Amino acid sequence: MKILVGYKRVVDYNVRIQVKPDGSGVVTDGVKLSANPFDEIALEEALRLRDKGIATEVVVATIAPADAQAHLRNGLAMGANRAIHVVTDAGQEIQPLTAARTFLKLIEKEQPDLVILGKQAIDDDANQTGQMLATIWGRPQATFASKLEVADGKATVTREVDAGLETLEVDLPAVVTTDLRLNEPRFIKLPDIMKAKSKPLEAIPFADLGVEAGKGLKTTAYAPPPKRSKGVMVKDAAELVAALKQKGLL
Amino acid sequence: MSKVLIVAEHLDGKLNASTAKCVTAAQALSPEAIDIVVLAANPAAVAAEAAQIDGVARVLTVTDEANAQAVAQVLAPQVAKLADGYSHVFGPSTTFGKDLMPCVAALLGVPQVSDVMSVEGSHTFKRPIYAGNAIITVEAPADSTVVATVRTASWSEAGKGGSAPVEAADVQAELPTHSRFIGLAAGSSDRPDLQSAKRVVSGGRGLGSEENFKIIYDFADKIGAAVGASRAAVDAGYVPNEMQVGQTGKIIAPELYIAVGISGAIQHLTGIKDAGTIVAINKDADAAIFEIADIGLAGDLFKVLPELENALG
Ligand SMILES: Cc1cc2nc3c(=O)[nH]c(=O)nc-3n(C[C@H](O)[C@H](O)[C@H](O)COP(=O)(O)OP(=O)(O)OC[C@H]3O[C@@H](n4cnc5c(N)ncnc54)[C@H](O)[C@@H]3O)c2cc1C
Ligand SMILES: Nc1ncnc2c1ncn2[C@@H]1O[C@H](COP(=O)(O)O)[C@@H](O)[C@H]1O
Repeated sequence: MKILVGYKRVVDYNVRIQVKPDGSGVVTDGVKLSANPFDEIALEEALRLRDKGIATEVVVATIAPADAQAHLRNGLAMGANRAIHVVTDAGQEIQPLTAARTFLKLIEKEQPDLVILGKQAIDDDANQTGQMLATIWGRPQATFASKLEVADGKATVTREVDAGLETLEVDLPAVVTTDLRLNEPRFIKLPDIMKAKSKPLEAIPFADLGVEAGKGLKTTAYAPPPKRSKGVMVKDAAELVAALKQKGLL
Repeated sequence: MSKVLIVAEHLDGKLNASTAKCVTAAQALSPEAIDIVVLAANPAAVAAEAAQIDGVARVLTVTDEANAQAVAQVLAPQVAKLADGYSHVFGPSTTFGKDLMPCVAALLGVPQVSDVMSVEGSHTFKRPIYAGNAIITVEAPADSTVVATVRTASWSEAGKGGSAPVEAADVQAELPTHSRFIGLAAGSSDRPDLQSAKRVVSGGRGLGSEENFKIIYDFADKIGAAVGASRAAVDAGYVPNEMQVGQTGKIIAPELYIAVGISGAIQHLTGIKDAGTIVAINKDADAAIFEIADIGLAGDLFKVLPELENALG
């Protein structure tokens, strides 16, 4: 069984993003970039399925400018067998529908039995690509997975939904998107970084895939969020209750 | 003029409060009409509730055994068919809407606007990115249907004085059979619902154990609050996942939010930015949560909470 994993590079989750003073964007120069946390979880889950002998090959894919090669090497160092780099122009924005259409091209080429993406990329926080991909592929989706079992051509997925935990059974091939509690990704070891250097990494220019161009969203302004001002400190429980009563909250 | 279709969220024959919030967001478009569609095996009770929401023109029902559970790939083709004739299709940015709406957008071949915080024009919206650290203004393509999820914490529920007609809709869509709903393990609780409660008390890693969390439940019950938690508390197994508040949990906007033993990580704060008053109780006077709390109390929660209960009488 072959698994295709979405592996996006984003601003590291520890970075406190700042909006540029002129409102033209967010400051990304010199900011630390890392794998999207949900995508590390996606890759980890695929590797575990391979460790268990259920999967035979794990392919990581990213749609990003040329400088994202090192990022894909990290995915290879973590354990993926191969990497596919869909190379975009610097500054070219890839929105979820376009990402989904690009992944569909890769699926047509690779014929995976399972596609695992993150539930959301923590830069655009869109939470769309997996659902869109399943739709245009005409295959099942199981989003927000916190448990995944694969057997007999089916995936049984526990999903984190607002009401609790839902279990969904889907026929393969299918798209699964990961939630944080699915697993804890392994750390990359130094020897693995060396090994990753010789693993296959295929670069495909985005333009060569013939992805249908669609109209996207246009971002016209960036603003910092409304600030919450620092409040007051009270010294004990009695003062807290008094303060809340005064505000009419208790 | 805009015409909006809202996909109703419901569970166990009850309409979710998120639907009335979508109506408020739709009203901001000053549309010609707002319709709600209820897809269910037995939509009658939910449709009757939806019909009472102020500002709703019609409630459409799609009755199908396949709609007994909300399976996104089953619902999406039906919603996409119904979208014809509407300028906007809205759903809530709950797990239900997040799962479903991108499928609808993909079927219509349009981008989706996620987490609409405000409506700036018929095709212009504000939404958060980077865990709410930036707010962007986006324009959807002028000549196509707008598919969007509505950030429920940004909108209040529309009132309940309406009496819209309920009509059965006939949808000829081919439904997939590749996905089977097996079950839902829902936490049973008599406490107020976390997403619509006026008061919420949340506990974090500072609680230290599942047993210790009882002190949070007791205090919440005392003030009639819903109970939430940080991701660390959920990951440590103190409480179930549906209680998580934050970027990847629930985004909430209660009038009063009390964070107990929570450090104030940015991913947690994303979930409570719209709360009316934030109270923090933490033994570390330098905890980040105090930077945004309206009222802070530096102290040991195991001492402070019993004192609070006493002070309340
Ligand atoms: C992609 C991503 C998404 C995330 N999404 C979320 C999310 O949705 N929600 C979320 O909450 N987190 C989320 N996180 C995790 C987040 O970064 C923090 O790790 C988490 O919020 C920390 O939880 P905490 O404050 O309970 O724990 P800690 O940071 O460990 O803080 C515990 C606090 O308790 C205090 N304390 C300890 N003992 C006592 C005592 N006796 N009395 C009073 N105070 C005490 C300590 O001083 C400390 O401040 C996410 C992380 C990532 C990477
Ligand atoms: N440019 C990209 N490269 C690789 N994976 C992507 C890309 N865009 C989206 N994805 C995948 O889709 C998931 C959801 O992204 P989004 O819909 O943007 O929140 C991510 O976690 C990735 O797994």
